[in-house]
Amino acid sequence: MGLTPVLTAHWDEPKSFDIENYQKHAGYVALTNSLKMTPDEVIGVVKDSGLRGRGGAGFPTGLKWSFVPQNDGKPHYLVVNADESEPGACKDIPLMLANPHSLVEGVAIAAYAIRANHAFIYIRGEVPHAIRRVMNAVEQAYAQGLLGKNIKNSGFDLDVVVHTGAGAYICGEETALLDSLEGRRGQPRLKPPFPAVAGLYASPTVVNNAETLASVPSIILNGADWFKSMGTEKSPGFKLFAVSGHVKRPGIYEAALGTPMSELLDYAGGMKQGRDLKFWIPGGSSVPMLTPEHIDIPMTYEDLAAAGTMLGTGTPMMFDKTTSVVKAVSRWLEFYKHESCGKCTPCREGTYWITGVLEKFEHGVGKEHELELINDICGQIAGRSFCALGDAAATPFPGAMKYFASEFEEATRKPVDVSFPPERTKIFSTVGVM
Amino acid sequence: MSVKEITAEHIEELEVLAAKYPVRRSALLPMLHYVQSVQGMVSPKGIQTCATVLDLTPAEVAAVATFYTMFKRFPMGKHHIGVCINTLCALLGGDDLWKELTETLGIGHDETTSDSMFTIERIECQAACTVAPVMTVNWEFMDSMDPAKLKELIEKLKTGAPVQSTRGTLITSISDSERLLAGFNDGKVNDSPDADDSMLAGLRVAKERNMTAPIGKGVR
Repeated sequence: MGLTPVLTAHWDEPKSFDIENYQKHAGYVALTNSLKMTPDEVIGVVKDSGLRGRGGAGFPTGLKWSFVPQNDGKPHYLVVNADESEPGACKDIPLMLANPHSLVEGVAIAAYAIRANHAFIYIRGEVPHAIRRVMNAVEQAYAQGLLGKNIKNSGFDLDVVVHTGAGAYICGEETALLDSLEGRRGQPRLKPPFPAVAGLYASPTVVNNAETLASVPSIILNGADWFKSMGTEKSPGFKLFAVSGHVKRPGIYEAALGTPMSELLDYAGGMKQGRDLKFWIPGGSSVPMLTPEHIDIPMTYEDLAAAGTMLGTGTPMMFDKTTSVVKAVSRWLEFYKHESCGKCTPCREGTYWITGVLEKFEHGVGKEHELELINDICGQIAGRSFCALGDAAATPFPGAMKYFASEFEEATRKPVDVSFPPERTKIFSTVGVM
Repeated sequence: MSVKEITAEHIEELEVLAAKYPVRRSALLPMLHYVQSVQGMVSPKGIQTCATVLDLTPAEVAAVATFYTMFKRFPMGKHHIGVCINTLCALLGGDDLWKELTETLGIGHDETTSDSMFTIERIECQAACTVAPVMTVNWEFMDSMDPAKLKELIEKLKTGAPVQSTRGTLITSISDSERLLAGFNDGKVNDSPDADDSMLAGLRVAKERNMTAPIGKGVR
């Protein structure tokens, strides 16, 4: 399949984030082209391209746009989900740093398509460096008449507000994000009604991930067939894969969907110090882990689902054999406990209980029957929670037990730091390899 | 440390934020960031001020302020320092960094040094896993940290020597960062570095191996 730099193609140029550099490479031509089409034609091209949401769920983007009712007399809103907080996910922030105009142009095209005159870019609060770049990009686009009133004499008006969150993973859930954007606690809403019908201010709203929207200008510019010439039938196009963990060259690898992990790992220089891969997670801690035997599976929505996991955010975390699975899972559960919004009981109480029990295993004093207890609690959370955070919290443990049950069993007798000395796992370690 | 008063001038800027949105209440998070930039915390007075500007009750504002971890109800020091302790960063060395930091400064999570210089926090995933283990100073990233770099960082911050964030600008104060987060652009976009090694990793391999995306009619 190979690497396919599109979004990342010019990141090695000075000030790649500046509008001048973006326009050197046909920047905002796709917006000009879109404004000469009807909004429905724009939706048609994105639908034909088969672009699927890059935030984790993989919902077809064009279809989502087409759900917005037309001629309903209500204002429509476009909201960008740039609240990248999923453990392991680190692709939207670099994208906004190095190529914020691809996002701004995508926002303008999408807003035109769904007939929205107001768009919000909701960026997590902890990334001033990315916020600064997006703010600058929006200001530059306004200054050139690419945002604002009567864009390019098309009669289309669009205002874009860069909005910052304040430290809450749950705001990546689209309805929690909308509540947060309305100035409330970021807690999820009951669906239906879906945002396309009653979203921001109870008006029709599309919520799209940042990478999804940044991918749109290239599709408009080069056509749906060009996009589909990459990837597979069900997972067309290119994707930012952010490879992290115990690899030689962690980083952003933009490749066609369907590229297997083994190939991405090769690009990333293989595992650090030649150590063996122990387990990996294809797209954030909310998707089940895999082992080396899965490394040749094509990285697509469908192939990873068939393997019992998900593409998720497409940001593989790679862990070598020195890593304690028990510790990794325990820490992820701490995260979900911390980030549970507290709205529903299974998630709020379940994450609390699981972390308490897992801590015992970290210290080597877990009891065999408590593994069953954790499994039971996971079962009580999954599918019984208000939103996907609960399902996500119930994912790491069963996922780990599937392949590493013996390690949890060992943790009934032996602290994990004895079985897996942390000295070996950290990357600035001077301790030799086992 | 005494908390700075909110003045009429500040209220004018809060009004600017509220006016950016079709529904004024949407400005509440940015407004709380603003209050924090002025006061180093979200004080009861700050909550009251936001409530007045937005025509809400203080209870409604407090309910929001207490939900989000970035809003602090205690006065922060000049610099806010975070260490990512989520799984990947923690295992790759974040746990060591946290230990080193607490020992160096003699304080714990969400605590402030007695000289009001530093507030430290165990933070969750910062979306920078490719440059783990990650720390933040006033939420600007310090990538690929190790204990030696941490010691040097703290020493420089203590003495006021310049510290450049690996992805952001020169470090100033949490107050300045919060003002940006509130929505007031600091105009420092050119002060932060171009794409780093981790961001260019794939592009470099693609160039070495002559790999490109299919050539489209639009040429990008």
